[in-house]
Amino acid sequence: MNILEFTVLVWAGSVIAGLLGSLTGLGGGVVLVPLLTLFFKVDIRYAVGASLVSVIATSSGAAAAYVKEGFSNIRIGMFLEIATTIGALLGAFLATRVSGSVIATIFGLVLLYSAYLAGRPRVRHAFDDIADPLATRLKMNGSFPEAKGMRHYCVHRVPAGFSLMFGAGALSGLLGIGSGAVKVLAMDQAMRIPFKVSTTTSNFMIGVTAAASAGVYLNRGYIDPGLAMPVMLGVLAGSLVGTRILVKAETKWLRLVFSAIILLLGGQMLYNGLAGRI
Amino acid sequence: MRRFTRWTDQRVEDIIGNLLRTGVIFSAVVVFTGAVVYLARHGQATADYRSFRGEPSDLRHISGIVRDAFAFQGRGIIQLGLLLLIATPVARVAFSIFGFALEGDRMYATFTTIVLIILLYSLLGSSMS
Repeated sequence: MNILEFTVLVWAGSVIAGLLGSLTGLGGGVVLVPLLTLFFKVDIRYAVGASLVSVIATSSGAAAAYVKEGFSNIRIGMFLEIATTIGALLGAFLATRVSGSVIATIFGLVLLYSAYLAGRPRVRHAFDDIADPLATRLKMNGSFPEAKGMRHYCVHRVPAGFSLMFGAGALSGLLGIGSGAVKVLAMDQAMRIPFKVSTTTSNFMIGVTAAASAGVYLNRGYIDPGLAMPVMLGVLAGSLVGTRILVKAETKWLRLVFSAIILLLGGQMLYNGLAGRI
Repeated sequence: MRRFTRWTDQRVEDIIGNLLRTGVIFSAVVVFTGAVVYLARHGQATADYRSFRGEPSDLRHISGIVRDAFAFQGRGIIQLGLLLLIATPVARVAFSIFGFALEGDRMYATFTTIVLIILLYSLLGSSMS
């Protein structure tokens, strides 16, 4: 395959990854790295580098739209970014130490877990107004617009959320994904932040988290311009189209299909990683 | 007082939203320009990403990337675009420090400064270790 053909094919695959990622809210990175390694036979270190760059593009592009709606909580995001960026830095350094097979194996496990999370119905919890002293001191409690007017919410279990965010950052740095699912899990389930606020704030944080590991990747020579170019332009185009048609699409079915794809790719990554073929 | 604070928050976030969008569009244009140059010159060569060799040192560091881009090398221009993309969230964090300071929120100005230091270390300092 010559470079022109390779570029066009990778670009097309990235458009689909970006489209699916934004429609399901799981991000393009989770399908991109398996696509590049399993299908295009790209070394996983180049794949992770290119994916990470595209994560920054989609996060920044989408966040620009979200911040205006008033859902994201900039204080929660900024405080938790201390945890995600330290985690991301550590994850990126770890990625330069371990073999490609280890990265592929962990990637496979994360994919299988993501498929499980995406397929499972979300546990709803009633959010209360009893203020947590630490969250109050950190000025995290906030409100967001609802049909009936502004709705107030209180944040809970800050240390648990902070620790989970450290893990989310480490996974992001190690695997080149946004790990939005873990971030939402930390905010929605552990810290009891309303779902809409969790998802938009998570999206806001993903770009900063990815930037923390991207520097390490760049300095270590993992970001190849020839590969990252079609990936970044493709994912960006796909996710922009995705956010436009999001309102009309039937997301429940899409999530199911996407979970099945992730399950399949996860199994493949795990198998190839354990067999030492990646 | 509280209303005033919230208004400032919203205004800072609006500016940040515009900053992010401009950064992404600008970097995408630079990457695309580099792509045209790169594909026109090297499009017929064989693509090979099967084994990891790592990028040459001039594509790993800011000064080398800028030098290559201004020498009008396709890969250098693309890498400059990617560098601008990585810099976009960093600029957003830097601007947030300014925003929090403007609101008189010292605690969050400090938190944000910590995040900025981590980001700058990754981009500038991690190559030395």
